[in-house]
Amino acid sequence: MPPEPAQSFAVTLRVNGQSFETEIDARTTLLDALRDRLHLTGTKKGCALGQCGACTVLLDGKRVVSCLMLAAMAEGREVTTIEGLARGDELHPVQAAFVEHDAFQCGYCTPGQIMSAVGAIREGRAGSDDEIREQLSGNLCRCGAYANIVAAVRDAATREA
Amino acid sequence: MQPFTYAPVADAAGAAARALQGASFIAGGTDMLQLLQEGVAQPAELADINRLPLQGITEDADGAIRIGALTRLQDAADDARLREAFPVVTEALDLTASPMVRHMATVGGNLLQRTRCLYFRDVSTPCNKRLPGSGCSALDGENRHNAILGGSEHCIAVQPSDLPVALISVDAEVQIQHADGAERWVPVEDFHRLPGDTPQIETVLRQGDVILGLRIPAHARGRRSHYVKVRDRASFSWALASAAVALRLDEGGRVTEARIAVGGVATKPWRLPRVEQELLGVRLDRDRARLAAVWAAEGAVTRSGNAFKQPLLQRTVERAIIEAGELA
Repeated sequence: MPPEPAQSFAVTLRVNGQSFETEIDARTTLLDALRDRLHLTGTKKGCALGQCGACTVLLDGKRVVSCLMLAAMAEGREVTTIEGLARGDELHPVQAAFVEHDAFQCGYCTPGQIMSAVGAIREGRAGSDDEIREQLSGNLCRCGAYANIVAAVRDAATREA
Repeated sequence: MQPFTYAPVADAAGAAARALQGASFIAGGTDMLQLLQEGVAQPAELADINRLPLQGITEDADGAIRIGALTRLQDAADDARLREAFPVVTEALDLTASPMVRHMATVGGNLLQRTRCLYFRDVSTPCNKRLPGSGCSALDGENRHNAILGGSEHCIAVQPSDLPVALISVDAEVQIQHADGAERWVPVEDFHRLPGDTPQIETVLRQGDVILGLRIPAHARGRRSHYVKVRDRASFSWALASAAVALRLDEGGRVTEARIAVGGVATKPWRLPRVEQELLGVRLDRDRARLAAVWAAEGAVTRSGNAFKQPLLQRTVERAIIEAGELA
């Protein structure tokens, strides 16, 4: 039987290969659970309305915006955040490409840009500059680092191909 | 956000039972979370329907295609059978929202997406759809994105989804199950309601209904179909005007069947029977396309900020016909 509807309850979240049990209010978004409960603050809170992409994470390997999802809805699924990309001190190829291409200024949108790029490359949707622009259209950069972001994603996609 | 209770439900009967008790459903959540964050939706209970077995696309023996209500927009867009048989649907999905939203949002939920009217989303202003009887702020307000077709003195809010516009052009139907177990089919064309003097009622759904899925009939195969979406930026934006065109041509290039629907301009996904009629029996060329498309704006009522949508709609329909007919 499914559980009775409740305003608060315990959930177990799988994030970056680890399990976390935490007590949450039903209203808690996945984004707020990551930042405020699990203290994984790499995932950024921008608009909280799905418009900016700063909170992009992978859910079962696919890109989602963690602000438009209740934490309770992520139970039983595998979440990957920006903290889960590097292996020790070795950056993920997309992270390394962002550094190499100077693909950010203030850096606030960067975790979301990188998670979105990782997803797009995995999905095989980063084959040209036009496709990269379209695929990252849900990730806004108000500093306007777009030209270098496209270059970084193209470079990383080419290396991983 | 107002407090609410939450629990997943296991099957359609369980979901319908919760709905009868007043629960709202959450599926992809991409619109619901925005409505909750802005205080537009204040449900006492959210029933999470994501565990219902309503995901995926199947093909019937006769060639009809069924799409489960919980199929994610991206999964539907990536389905090769759907793309081959009904490209207008795939094109509309490709142009919907962002990749992240497409990975989350469901086809059933997309039919129920609420309007993007600024005043509906701003609880500090009057809005008849959100608070019946409070007035319509858009009539004389910021109405650049509002409807020129299907409006009333009570509401000119646009139904913003791309998918149902495309589905109308291929005669798709919605499968609905009620809490009493009864199932019914409703053409997508008849699924949404005009605002009239009850803009808060947006569809034919009743309390206790669950959308199970969609079916695109085999007889709609073989039409040349195409979706054109015009928006303020190149990607990740709602339509200012969009057009879904599905045409069947005979060997001589004459139009034997035409379905045309438009979005971004009307209070519901809007079929254009007069434009279809103008195309029937004619040998399609660019002049015919232009002349037929003039009728797209028949009955349009424009406001201070949205008069541009009248010519934009006509040209969007013209372009969609030309591109569907490969006359470009």
